[in-house]
Order: sequence, then structure tokens, then C-alpha cells
Amino acid sequence: MSSPLAPPRSFLWSRRIFLTLLTGFVLLPVYVMVSSSLKPLADVTGKFRWLPTELTIRPYIDIWSTVPLARYFLNSLIVAGAATVCSVVIAVFAAYAVSRYDFRGKRVFTVTVLSTQMFPGILFLLPLFLIYVNIGNATGIALFGSRGGLILTYLTFSLPFSIWMLIGYFDSVPRDLDEAALVDGCGPLGALFRVVVPAAVPGIVAVAVYAFMTAWGEVLFASVMTNDTTRTLAVGLQGYSTLNDVYWNQIMAASLVVSVPVVAGFLLLQRYLVAGLTAGAVK
Amino acid sequence: MRSTRAAAAGAVTLSLVLAASACGGGSATGGGSDDSPKTLTYWASNQGASIEIDKKVLQPELDKFEKQTGIKVKLEVVPWSDLLNRILTATTSGQGPDVLNIGNTWSASLQATGALLPWDAKNFDKIGGRDRFVDSALGSTGAQGEDPAAVPLYSMAYALYYNKKMFAEAGVSKPPATWDELVATGKKVSKDGKWGLGAEGSNASENIHHAYVFAKQHGADFFTADGKPDFTGDATVAAVKQYVDLMAKDKVIAPGNAEYAQNQSVSDFAKGKTAMLLWQSASANLKSQGMSEDDYGVAPVPVQSGTPGTGKQVNSMVAGINLAVFKNTDNLDGATKFVKFMTSDDEQKILNKAYSSIPPVKTAQSDAAFASPANAVLKDTLAQSAVALPQVADESQFETAVGTAIKDLFADAAAGRAVTTASVKAALEKAQQQMPAA
Amino acid sequence: MTTTVEAGTPPVRKSPSGAARGPRRRTGRIHRVGLPYLLLLPALLLELLVHLVPMVIGVVMSFKELTQFYIRDWGTAPWAALDNYKVSVDFDAPVGEALLHSFLVTVAFTLLSVGLCWLIGTAAAVFMQDTFRGRGLLRALFLVPYALPVYAAVITWVFMFQHDNGLVNHVLHDQLGLTDKPSFWLIGDNSFIALLTVSVWKGWPFAFLIVMAGLQNIPRELYEAAALDGAGVWQQIRRITLPSLRPVNQVLVLVLFLWTFNDFNTPYVLFGRTAPAAADLISVHIYQASFVTWNFGTGSAMSVLLLLFLLLVTGVYLVLTSRGRRAAS
Repeated sequence: MSSPLAPPRSFLWSRRIFLTLLTGFVLLPVYVMVSSSLKPLADVTGKFRWLPTELTIRPYIDIWSTVPLARYFLNSLIVAGAATVCSVVIAVFAAYAVSRYDFRGKRVFTVTVLSTQMFPGILFLLPLFLIYVNIGNATGIALFGSRGGLILTYLTFSLPFSIWMLIGYFDSVPRDLDEAALVDGCGPLGALFRVVVPAAVPGIVAVAVYAFMTAWGEVLFASVMTNDTTRTLAVGLQGYSTLNDVYWNQIMAASLVVSVPVVAGFLLLQRYLVAGLTAGAVK
Repeated sequence: MRSTRAAAAGAVTLSLVLAASACGGGSATGGGSDDSPKTLTYWASNQGASIEIDKKVLQPELDKFEKQTGIKVKLEVVPWSDLLNRILTATTSGQGPDVLNIGNTWSASLQATGALLPWDAKNFDKIGGRDRFVDSALGSTGAQGEDPAAVPLYSMAYALYYNKKMFAEAGVSKPPATWDELVATGKKVSKDGKWGLGAEGSNASENIHHAYVFAKQHGADFFTADGKPDFTGDATVAAVKQYVDLMAKDKVIAPGNAEYAQNQSVSDFAKGKTAMLLWQSASANLKSQGMSEDDYGVAPVPVQSGTPGTGKQVNSMVAGINLAVFKNTDNLDGATKFVKFMTSDDEQKILNKAYSSIPPVKTAQSDAAFASPANAVLKDTLAQSAVALPQVADESQFETAVGTAIKDLFADAAAGRAVTTASVKAALEKAQQQMPAA
Repeated sequence: MTTTVEAGTPPVRKSPSGAARGPRRRTGRIHRVGLPYLLLLPALLLELLVHLVPMVIGVVMSFKELTQFYIRDWGTAPWAALDNYKVSVDFDAPVGEALLHSFLVTVAFTLLSVGLCWLIGTAAAVFMQDTFRGRGLLRALFLVPYALPVYAAVITWVFMFQHDNGLVNHVLHDQLGLTDKPSFWLIGDNSFIALLTVSVWKGWPFAFLIVMAGLQNIPRELYEAAALDGAGVWQQIRRITLPSLRPVNQVLVLVLFLWTFNDFNTPYVLFGRTAPAAADLISVHIYQASFVTWNFGTGSAMSVLLLLFLLLVTGVYLVLTSRGRRAAS
């Protein structure tokens, strides 16, 4: 607020207190995660203590051998990466069509796509599983149990929100720009990729981040649709809690390791995210 | 709007076609065949301290099998949290393993789906005959009067594990034989943050296993003779109450145990926080947590009065893992060979030693390894005083409904709320109403 | 007031839709008719495959008696007509009663969670509208809960909520002495509070992010004009900021509502497959009805009812809020 009047004391104090409390609330679990991951097992199986009796990186070494974390990591990377790329490309096409063209069924399309956000996952888990198996039996394309099936599933999960956000963003890209490109002899796709997409980078980044996070954290479908070789991190991490002893320090270390890529990526891209949301979703 | 309507109609048609084809599900290859004689997929349950340890135990044996028969077995160790879901989805879709492990209490439930190969006399002959197996283990392989849905692989029984040092410090000279003695002993050792007995209050299956034994000791059951749920008889209510009272009234179980569901009670025992533990085949587990075999003793689970293990006093359920073959396997012959291999004397000895369980195969039991004092208790219990959980199609629902009811009762006890005959009865009544047949 | 509401929409969006007509005519008839459909095709096919067709099958399943006896070949499962629905809504019988209880718990939970997420998110965004030292760092920190994978975040809370060794009891009981004895958070009645805490912790940064984005669209001149009129900071927030956020809130609250209502991951990781009664959210309840008790027909019927409810709420909400917006402008 670029108010010429300086904010009153009451405002400053409320802000200070509120933001301090909120920071504490936000950081508490993060602190627990980090500090516990550096504790020896005895520290995490007894009474909670704020400070470790000794610091150890042992949990970070053990996590790789207790469960095949590296493989889960790779699986998650492939699945989430592919789902993100596909989801963004498909959402760009769809959003461009809705944003720039009038056609029959436009409203039906947008309403239907958005209404899928209401579907309880549990309703279509088993049917989807059956469809994948039947496609596999009929065509030999193994969707069930493979990374491919999971990629298809996840990219579709993030599609509705992505399309909806990109429609908003594309609407905010002035049409004069693509008109100029069309006049210059670009086809509609040329206009899309040379003009609209570059102008919509923040929106596209925001959508990509969302798609990646959706795929990286999903538990329910992954638990049914993966097997030993294709298991993703979200499910694989549960492997630590099936052990005889609950190795909390390893669980925390592994949680941290799987969180770092997403959190780092998210924070690096957060400027784009706010910019993307500003123009895309929030109107 | 015409095109919209056409598109909608198209979508619906497509869905129905897909839905119809989906209905084909598991029946497409319903009979089983020998189309791919060179490979098998095997889902093993998680028996060792971790999935990786299981792989290390099983892989050399599978290699041995490949050398003998030329059949390659693809192993997947499925965590318990996923196993039943994976089996259900495999059943629904027909897309599953050839051979798999099932918890023996699920036998009748899974048998009812018709997805598992029935072990009739002919099939049993292929693996050396039904007589090779111990009767009590066979009693937990499916509904009575029907061909078993699976073959016993590992057998386990509950025993009372007690910490010798803590007993000595409290001046207790011998393990308790009755529940009254257990409570008295528990009270003696409960001090300085240490407790008498451990329990897994939030684990529905553990709750069921104990509640069932208590019910049997009270002369009751959870099912009528013709398989109808009957949870609210006076004796059944008294049995469940007696179990929960170990925490609520007798206070020998720490309230914190009410939220245990991940074997924390075993860890507590290994660390000397609790003096006693009712567990099945715990030695390998305790060893992996650094508790030496000399530090604890193993005794039969207590009974209401008299001496456990004598007469007709039940003091354990028949615990164990069965081996089943999916009916629609495309390597029926190989699957049978694999079952024969896994139940052979040699493999039975190797595997049951690794998992500190008891072989359900009579000829393998004679091995010296199963005659140690700890194993002797388990073996005797299995032979004399263990009883199979109800072999009814609704067993799985029973575990969920009653197991959860007891979990809630433990939560009440832990929170300091009174657990009365009326409240136990109400909880069980609610559980019974959730049963499909009710 | 009217102008402030309108100010929430960015001016660029107002470009007339007719502007694109001219060039498009030049690109030819095929493009004009076929291209948009071609562009939509991949999205449409995927939505059909993963969302719509499975949903139709799910609806079909809800009319079948799909218990363990039939799941192997559910084409042969007998039609149950409306039996599954009758069982689900018979609130005098245990199954319906449990469903109703779960539904009410979910409604209470969702209202509280969405309300708190919105409140905290909006407050934080408004407080951080001005630049001050450390604002960038704080903004990054605040987004961490949202960025963390659900499993990693919730399992940490499980660790903290343990009865014997958890941080929460350590602080509340051992250090502050607020309770006579350590409380249970993962079982019993407190589990509702535990669930709400985790849900708000994980969800409020999303509200923060969206409101922050919405605030960027409020023209500075409005504040300057208000300041000239002598309005203080609090009055500016009340008279300019909050009304300008109305269109943003309309979408934000709806999205939060749907996501919270259908949330499965949080309760599932927090409590496992059977949640305590006080925190028995409908998604886990239906999961249990389907997978744990092996009755997929009833489970599907419950899902369909849930879907109908959400459709109804969304429809009514959109009609009401849009009318409100129209009336305001």
C-alpha cells in the first residue's frame, strides 16, 4: 500500500505478531523433519527432544539400502516428468482452442472438464484399473502396472485445472499479437507457438509446477497401479513403516530427500507462479 | 447444439462398450492354462524384518528352483498394507500373479471369490498328498467341507514372551499361567515408566486374534455353527471386555499402546520398556532389534485357570501364511511344481528357520532347529491348543468390524473413559450390524 | 463500491472477442471448423479415458451387487436396482447412519478447514502486501507446506502427534503443563483437531498464493485516492482490498471446498485405512466401504451420492455468488 500516511502502530504490531506466529506454525514440522533426520535412532524412539544428543548422517546413508529408494526416485522422476510435459502441451492446445475460437460445444467442454474436479477418486479407481487391464488384453499395450498407465492417469488429473488456468492466461494475451502473426503468414499453430506461448510463460510454468506436484505426491492410485519395479516414491516411502521397528529418523530423512526437488523447484519458480496466477486464475 | 448432443451420445456409447468389455474381467482366461511354461510370478508377503531382507531370503531359493525346473520365478514382496488390495484388484481384473502368499485367516474370504485354485485330492497328489501337512494348519485353508483354497506354508502361534531380567528384579520366579497371575505379575513390574504387557491397540488384526482366543476361553465364538455373525452373546462381550480391561481396569498395558499399529509393542519389549508381550513367532524380530535370546523366556499364553497347553484350554489362534495358486494362471503345471518345491522338506526347513516360524509339514518339523525351547512352545501350542479363526466368507469383514470396535474401546480406555459391559456390548452390536449377512 | 469490484478484473482481459474474427476468416474453412476440435482432441480423449468413462462404469457398478462373490467376473453380478442406494441412505440402519455421520463430520471439517485456510491466507497476503525487510524470504517459507509432497508432510505430523514421544504432547504437557496427562491425537475425539491442523497447515498457502496474485490486480490509484480521503490502513483494507478480492474469493473458496471435501491422502496417511469416528472423512469412509469390506457396489453408490451432493453445492454456489456479483456491479 503506497499510502502517504505511514501505517499506524496497531497495524505494524498486528502484522509482527501474526507473521511471527504463522512462521512458527509453518516451520515447526519442517524443523522436526530436519532435526529428526539427523538424530540417532535412540533419540527418535524415546521422548521427543528439541536438540539431538548427537548429530549423525547415518539415516541419510541407510535410507538407500532399507528400501530401494533410488529406484523409486527414478520412477517418480520419470512419471512426474512425463506427466508434466504431456499435461502442459495438451493443456496449451486445449486452452488455445477455447480462448481463441468460438465453436459448438465450447461451454459443454469447459464445464465438463471442470466438473471432473468433483469426482471422488475412489469412484473411478477400480473402473480405471479395469479399463487399463482390458486395453492391455485387447491391444497388448501394458498400461496397468506400467509407468505409462500412471503417466496417463496423472496427466489427466492435472489437466482440468491447467486448462482452466491457461484459458484465463491466454485471454489476457492481447489478440492483436496473434493477429499480427497471422498476417505475417504464420498458421494458427505458428501464432500459438511463436506468439502466445512465449507471452504466456509464467502461466505455463505455474501449470507445470502444479502438474508436477500432483504427480509427485499422489498415493491412492499409485498404491494399486504400480508393482515392485514401477513403484513411485509416495508409495515406496510407506516401505519404512512396514519395518519391524519404526525408524523415524530414516522416515524423516527419506521424506526430506523426496521433498527437496519439489520444494526447491517450487520456490525457484514461485515468482512465475504468482505472475501466472495473477493473470491466469484470478479474475 | 446438435453436435454437442451427438458428442455426448458418442461418449455414452463408447463408455458402455468399454463397460461391457470390462465386464469380461477375469473370466477371459478363467480356466488356467500352460501357455507360458517358462515363467511364474510370485507375490510373497513380508515375513522378515524388511522387504529387502525377504528378497535376500527368497531369491537363492527361487534360483534353486530355476536350476531344477528351468522355470524363472519373478518375485515381488508385497507389504502387508498393500497385499489385500493388490489381491482384490488382481481378482477383479484377472491380472495377477501365478502363485501368491495369503494370510491364512483370509483363506475362506478369498475362496469365496472363486479366484484361487481349489486343492482337491488330485492337486494335492501332485505335491505329495494332503497327509504331509499338520491338521491344525489345514484347518485354516478355507471353509469346512470345501477343498482348501491354499496350502499351508509357514505356521505360527502366539506365545508369552517375558523379560527375564525384569521378572527377576520384581521377584517373579515363573511366567504367569493364568490371566490373574499375569495381572498380578504385571502390577509388580509396572513402575518407573515400565509396564507389564504390550499390545497393538490400533491394529485390527491383532485385536481380533486376541479377542478370539479370549472368546474361546469363555466358551464363546463370534459366529454361530452355520456361519452367522453373533458378536453380542454375554460370554463374547465378557471376553472382549477382559482383553480391553488389561488396559482399562487392570492397568498392566500402557495407555499409549492404544495407538500402536506398527509393531511398536515389539520394540518396547525389545528395549525393556514392557516386561511381557503376546506375539507370534517373535524371535527373529527381537533378534533384529538387538535382544538376545538369553534375555527373554517363552511360555504358553495364559488361560483362565489351570495350566495352559493342557486339556481343552485354547490359548492361541492358528497363525500362518498359506500359498495359493491363481486359477487363471497361464502356467498351471509350473505353479503346481513351485508349490511342491516350496512345501518340500528342505525348503520348509530353510524358510521356516529364516522366519522363525514352524513348518506345517510334518516331516520338516522333526528338524532339530524347531526343537529349541522357544520353538517347542510354539509347536506344542499349534499341535494342542491353537484354534483356527472362523473359516467363513465374511472373515475379512469380521476382522475389520470387530477389530475396529476393539480399537475404539482401547481408545476409550486410554482416554480414561469407563469401559463397561454395556459399552462393550454396544460397540460389538454396532460391529455386527455392519456385517453383510446381518 | 461498484468501481472497486470492477477493478478486480484486469483490463487486458476485456479485449473484444470479435477482434479475432477477421484474420480467422482468412485461414480457411477447414481451420475454422476443424482446428479447435483437433486442438481439443487429446484433452478430450484423456478426459474420456481417465475421468468420464470410469465414472460411467462407476455409476453402473453402483447398481450391482458387487461383493466378493462376484468381483472376479462382475458381468455376472446380479443387478441390485436401487438396493445399494437404499442401504446408503437408510439413516436408521447402521450403514446409512455411519455414512450420515461421516458426511456430517466431513461437512464440519471442510467448512472449518476452508474457513481457516482462507482467513490465514488472506491475512498473510494482506499483511505482506507492503514491502518490508525479509518479505521475500517469508513468502518462500510460507509456500513450503504447500510444496511438500503430501506423504512427507503428513507423516511428519504423525510423528509429532504420537502419544508417548510426540512433540505436541511434549510441548503441551511436559513443557507448558496445559493438560493433566498426555492427550491422544491420532485416536479418539482429538483426532478431528489433528486432522484439521494438518489440513490447514497444508492448505492455507494455496489461499495465500491466490490472494497474493489477486492483490496484484488492484490498481494502486485506488489506495492513493482513499488515502487522500483520509482513510487509514485498516479502512483501506476493509473498503478496497477485501471488496476487490471478491471475484478471486469466489473461485478460491470453491476450489478449496472441492479439494478439501474429496481429500483422501491426508486422512489416509494420518490414520491408516480405518479412521477414528471423530475424523471419519467421507473419502476414507467410502474407501473402507469398498476395499476393506469388499462391497464395491455400495461403495460406488456412496460415491455417486457424494458426487451428486458436490454438483448440487457447486451449482447453487455459482448461481448465488454470480448473482451477488452481478447485483453488486
